[in-house]
Amino acid sequence: MNDKLKEKAYEKILLVSAFVSVIIIILIGGFIFKEGLPLINKVGLFEFLLGKEWHPTDGVFGIFPMIVGTFAVTFGALILGVPLGVATAIFLAEFAPPRVSRIVRPAVELLAGIPSVVYGLFGMVIVNQILMTIERTYLANILRPEYQRGYSILSASIILAIMILPTVINISEDAIRSVPREFKEASLALGATEWQTIYKVLIPAASSGIIAAVVLGMGRALGETMAVIMVAGNTVAIPDSIFAPVRTLTGNIAIEMGYAAGDHVKALFATGIVLFIIIMALNTLATVVAKRGVGRS
Amino acid sequence: MMSVQTSQKIAKVALWIAGFSTVAVLIVVIGYVLFEGLLHVNWEFLTAKPKKMGSEGGIFPIIVSTVYFTALTLAIATPAGVGAAIYLTEYTREGKITKIIRFGTEALAGIPSIVFGLFGFAFFVILLEPVTHGWSLLSGALTGATMILPTLVRTSEEAIKTVPLSYREGSLALGATKWQTICKVVLPSALPGIITGVILSIGRVIGETAALMLTLGGSLRMPDSIFDPARTMSMHLYLVALEVGTQPAIDKAFATGTVLIITIFIINSTANWVMKRFISRMS
Repeated sequence: MNDKLKEKAYEKILLVSAFVSVIIIILIGGFIFKEGLPLINKVGLFEFLLGKEWHPTDGVFGIFPMIVGTFAVTFGALILGVPLGVATAIFLAEFAPPRVSRIVRPAVELLAGIPSVVYGLFGMVIVNQILMTIERTYLANILRPEYQRGYSILSASIILAIMILPTVINISEDAIRSVPREFKEASLALGATEWQTIYKVLIPAASSGIIAAVVLGMGRALGETMAVIMVAGNTVAIPDSIFAPVRTLTGNIAIEMGYAAGDHVKALFATGIVLFIIIMALNTLATVVAKRGVGRS
Repeated sequence: MMSVQTSQKIAKVALWIAGFSTVAVLIVVIGYVLFEGLLHVNWEFLTAKPKKMGSEGGIFPIIVSTVYFTALTLAIATPAGVGAAIYLTEYTREGKITKIIRFGTEALAGIPSIVFGLFGFAFFVILLEPVTHGWSLLSGALTGATMILPTLVRTSEEAIKTVPLSYREGSLALGATKWQTICKVVLPSALPGIITGVILSIGRVIGETAALMLTLGGSLRMPDSIFDPARTMSMHLYLVALEVGTQPAIDKAFATGTVLIITIFIINSTANWVMKRFISRMS
């Protein structure tokens, strides 16, 4: 083979490897829809999405409680995690002396690296224990007995909040740092204090990046599986309190896949379709928001 | 109405507290797991076989499986990831093709691991059963490889981009072909950055659980080949803590968690060390 042909061949091989991700994403979508869609057609889309009963062995497939459960723990995680995450990002970008950020930054990195099952174990053994004690000591008269076991939306939200911190911190910090220096200097020169500059100039200017951080954190929380299974209790019921145990869409798949058969497996793939669509929509939203920010500044 | 100076002071204190709270959260989580786990980590735990579903004995076969699984996953994903990065940096300009490729990589990065698990189950475990032997190290590694691909592409791309243009021009001017330039000049210069990406991917692979629950099989035995089922340390932690659930099992789960955290710590430190040397050499 002469050199020119060789060069061409290498280029083609590299082109193929560049398309591997695209091929895989198509395969993932293809397989999940192929396995799950027939069941959605059989049960009916509305019955499947809004059905309140999930009895897979009797052929009753309604995932509404899991959808509610997923969004409940996700919003709980955002309420707890976003303020701390954004505040830490502002701290790192604006206030932290180099010596302090040399401690905080690796800490955030390590927080991102810890396996989710370790967070799950921590939540299961310590967070749930503390919550259970509080529920039994102070709220025993108000809460139903099955809400006094620690396994709850609240504990799942706490664990997820910790898990989304790195995402929220890193992306928000990048957004704040990418605000042009002149914005800040002009504000300070006009006599504004550092804090006024932060919340009247920096945060508005970085807002699209911060929103993108929140959306990506949301995606992370929605998609998390193992840690949530370990702390949320996994009861299939529409929750009416933050102390209620819940099951998420991800948890539903992971818990039941081990013993499912027949239509049950298809129903779990159909759950995967719902998850896939929600996540793709969120990621597209994050990209659009982040791009709009870039275009403006 | 609060004076401007007071709110400035309050805000500053609050932001300092936020920064320290983040560190405190990390210390509490890691501290608690190490506190509960270190007592149970000893030579026997690291070198003995598990007994009674893992609630007694050690985790030796599981450590070996984790190493096999990680190596296999990287062996599959690294060539594709680096190849994609080379194509994106050396062979194309930003345009339609790169847009499609970037969309694919970004979308892949956002997909929840349980969905990768479903895909891996339907594709590698069921459809490709004649090749992968169903639930096996190979099925798990193929699934894991699809998951770390986006990280590998992104980090390799960053590393290749930092190689100065003059290196390439110098090589081409001496008569080398494009491929020779890439192999002998660009890749060696970008190697530490690529290695950093690979090391960080190891962390992701070791921490992964959900997708492996559906593809790796979960066997406690020492695997003989890539066609045998196995379980990684993260999977073991989950299965022991949740499906066995007795107090001795919880102790073993914490001990496994301790080994995991120490491994991740070593991986992160190594990655940082390599990266630091890379940056100081490039500038």
